[in-house]
Amino acid sequence: MDFERRLNVRKDGTAGSGVSRRNLLTAGAAAGSGLLLGFYLPQAIGAEAAEAATADVFAPKAFVRIDRDDRVTLIMPQVEMGQGTYTSMPMLIAEELEVPLDQVSLVAAPPDDRLYTNPLIGFQATGGSKSVRAMWEPLRRAGAVARVMLISAAAQGWNVDPTSCRAEKGEVIHGPTGRKLRYGALADTAATLPVPDNVALKDAKAFKLIGTPAKRLDTPDKVNGKALFGIDVKIPGMKIATVAACPVFGGKLARVDDSTAIEIKGVRQVVRLADAVAVVADHMWAAIQGLAALDIEWDEGPNANVSSADIVRQMDIASQNPGIVGRRDGDVAKAMTGAAKRVEAVYQVPFLAHAAMEPMNCTVHIQKDGCEVWVGSQVVSRAQATAAEVIGLPLERVQVHNYLLGGGFGRRLEVDYVTQAVRIAKQVDGPVKMVWTREEDIQHDIYRPYYFDRMAAGLDEQAMPIAWSHRVTGSSIEARWLPSALKDGLDTDAVEGAAEELQYAIPNILVDYVRHEPPGILTGWWRGVGPTHNIFMVESFIDELAAEARKDPVEYRRALLGKSPRAKGVLDLAAEKAGWGQTLRQGHGRGVSVQYAFGSYLSQVAEIVVSKEGEVRVSRVVCAVDCGIIVNPDTVKAQIEGGIVFGLSAALFDEVTIKDGRAEQSNFNDYRVLRINEMPAIEVYLVPSTEAPGGIGEPGTVGVAPALTNAIFAATGKRIRKLPIKDQLRSA
Amino acid sequence: MVTLQINGNEHHLDIPEDMPLLWVLRDVVGLTGTKFGCGIAQCGACTVHIDGRPIRSCVIPAAGLADRAITTIEAIGETPSGRKIQQAWLEVEVIQCGYCQPGQIMSAAALLASNPNPSDADIDAAMSGNICRCGTYQRIRAAIKQATQAA
Repeated sequence: MDFERRLNVRKDGTAGSGVSRRNLLTAGAAAGSGLLLGFYLPQAIGAEAAEAATADVFAPKAFVRIDRDDRVTLIMPQVEMGQGTYTSMPMLIAEELEVPLDQVSLVAAPPDDRLYTNPLIGFQATGGSKSVRAMWEPLRRAGAVARVMLISAAAQGWNVDPTSCRAEKGEVIHGPTGRKLRYGALADTAATLPVPDNVALKDAKAFKLIGTPAKRLDTPDKVNGKALFGIDVKIPGMKIATVAACPVFGGKLARVDDSTAIEIKGVRQVVRLADAVAVVADHMWAAIQGLAALDIEWDEGPNANVSSADIVRQMDIASQNPGIVGRRDGDVAKAMTGAAKRVEAVYQVPFLAHAAMEPMNCTVHIQKDGCEVWVGSQVVSRAQATAAEVIGLPLERVQVHNYLLGGGFGRRLEVDYVTQAVRIAKQVDGPVKMVWTREEDIQHDIYRPYYFDRMAAGLDEQAMPIAWSHRVTGSSIEARWLPSALKDGLDTDAVEGAAEELQYAIPNILVDYVRHEPPGILTGWWRGVGPTHNIFMVESFIDELAAEARKDPVEYRRALLGKSPRAKGVLDLAAEKAGWGQTLRQGHGRGVSVQYAFGSYLSQVAEIVVSKEGEVRVSRVVCAVDCGIIVNPDTVKAQIEGGIVFGLSAALFDEVTIKDGRAEQSNFNDYRVLRINEMPAIEVYLVPSTEAPGGIGEPGTVGVAPALTNAIFAATGKRIRKLPIKDQLRSA
Repeated sequence: MVTLQINGNEHHLDIPEDMPLLWVLRDVVGLTGTKFGCGIAQCGACTVHIDGRPIRSCVIPAAGLADRAITTIEAIGETPSGRKIQQAWLEVEVIQCGYCQPGQIMSAAALLASNPNPSDADIDAAMSGNICRCGTYQRIRAAIKQATQAA
């Protein structure tokens, strides 16, 4: 999900903008009391953004509010799905505002692309490991401006020079006399002052909160059942619905006999949609029983015979023709001709489900002149838009209440389940909560694309690469999800991690992309997006070249990273901490990967053991991270740990396969997820840095698969070129 | 009518005989802390205690639980082991999205109540029925060990 190029992002990772800073902040009195500080996130594109940024009317939906009772409220555009934004974002404000973190509370922002756009994505979205990168500057600036205004308010009241005052722990203090006033007492006056034009942000050396392992603000309610996820919504009079969509992708409902279902106690109604049936009931059990009792005939449509084998065969054929160029350095064809040796390999990764622990769900209440939606979504404004479109209402008549997300992983960047819930609600009198069963969730996911990649390298006499070619073949997520992100037909996500981000110094490089859409199957964002597949290909293939050269995999990579000190730095750190080079027992192996993605550098070393029966056990993963300035180091570590587990599940076990036009997997019994007894020891080492912050939600997932498969090669001599690993070592 | 003892309170409920406890808790009684994850006892998100023992509530009919003590995440903090586990969860900063954590905490609290000093193998045995997609397992293990040290 690399929209930076399109959005004119500066090298430091912050959003560039033609709009002057002073226009981005505006202040006023909060309803009733206090200081309300609204600011617009800078956008580089669109007249709408420019208009928003220069509007001088005060927006009532501001970002920061300081009340008379000292509370600081952040109207939070980024959603919390476990990644820690409900702590990291308040830390950014609190650092500059000089308030204790626990004085900041959060309100989930309503849908409004004008006010709450993520400047790195282009609308109101949480994803792509972009929250800290997008908000790093604007939120600190908002905090700093508020602090300066509060200091001015105090200085005015005391009739002293503002430079003789300072802010500390939610108070303004007059240095010479020691007089103090709390922010709450200053908020009303501050609201009447002009917004300062130029406010200096703290130097990193002066940070008190940023860089400390601050306690998460969202977790106390998550240990006692109080935290509310979308699925926990309770509305008076609400019914529960569960749904079965046509199991064949793209199929329709032909006929349904509901005579048995409707007799079940608690079942209220059977709703027919074009491609699905829903049972509406008093509770989920009756809805599930009702669904099972339906006699449904599907019109399976044109995809009834689609299978994984066919899809892969078609991709193989498509991948034989050149694609759209993602990177071209030098002349690969010529260099290949002159190479002492040529190495080729095909790598494949499967369709993947997200399997977030909270199944897809959405609650909708359509009334005469409006609609309310309760949901956990990474794209609140799209949830609003789809509801408005389905019902035929103007946007402002659709209210969306966003809840905590029981896992996002990219699944909740889609609104298919919102659209479906609204369609059901159109036929129901009163509020209805639609909850998918796990089977529906796995079989009607929007899958990570299948990728079929051709790798080739030309080596010189020392077996170092002089030519590198990487052809990615797969479906285009951007074409469906954000067509404006395409660059002359190139899906920038599909080649992310392989093209511009490739760190190895090779004189001739060609990366191209062949778009190939599997019939009827929707594909979408999955934790780690483009880099998750590309880094697997790149880091496996570079390992093949090292083996070809009979060189140590770390040394081979290091020799190619002369121009990338940060990549080399994490590689060296991971190797050192992992004890790279120390002898391992028979059947054990160590593998390495290094990556640059999402603005962060990572290197991972996996240590594994393969049993005589061909079972792989990952015993240890060491990860070195250089993600620039760190906001919350404990969150960074947690995200890396979790990202690695997510990547390991996929590498070891997971794939969605298609037979007769439908997904063959259905629940955690056949879509296996790593469990605690399979958990390796994970060690995360953070590199201190003053560079701009990089993303951290996804990088951990990215590099663990190649570290693992390279370790398998070291232990067994078997090169895994297709994920998942599953029982590939058993047949060896 | 069935009478259930949930978190020390008596509930008289008119529910289908085969209705799993999970849906009784969530959709009838209104205790939404217990989570739905799979419906087939594969993920552990729905774990509650029946007479102190961890049970997957998505597959156990509530009608057979008359007069048994049912404890959910909402009340586990009132037990000594539950309180220690909750505290350790926060100290170790286990939680990410938090959706599976009620089930994790219920499994861990039951383990601690029956085994005050669990080994790694004991933790694996007690906790491997609980899936966490955020991948918090390492911290879960650390938090259980920390809870054993708590007074």
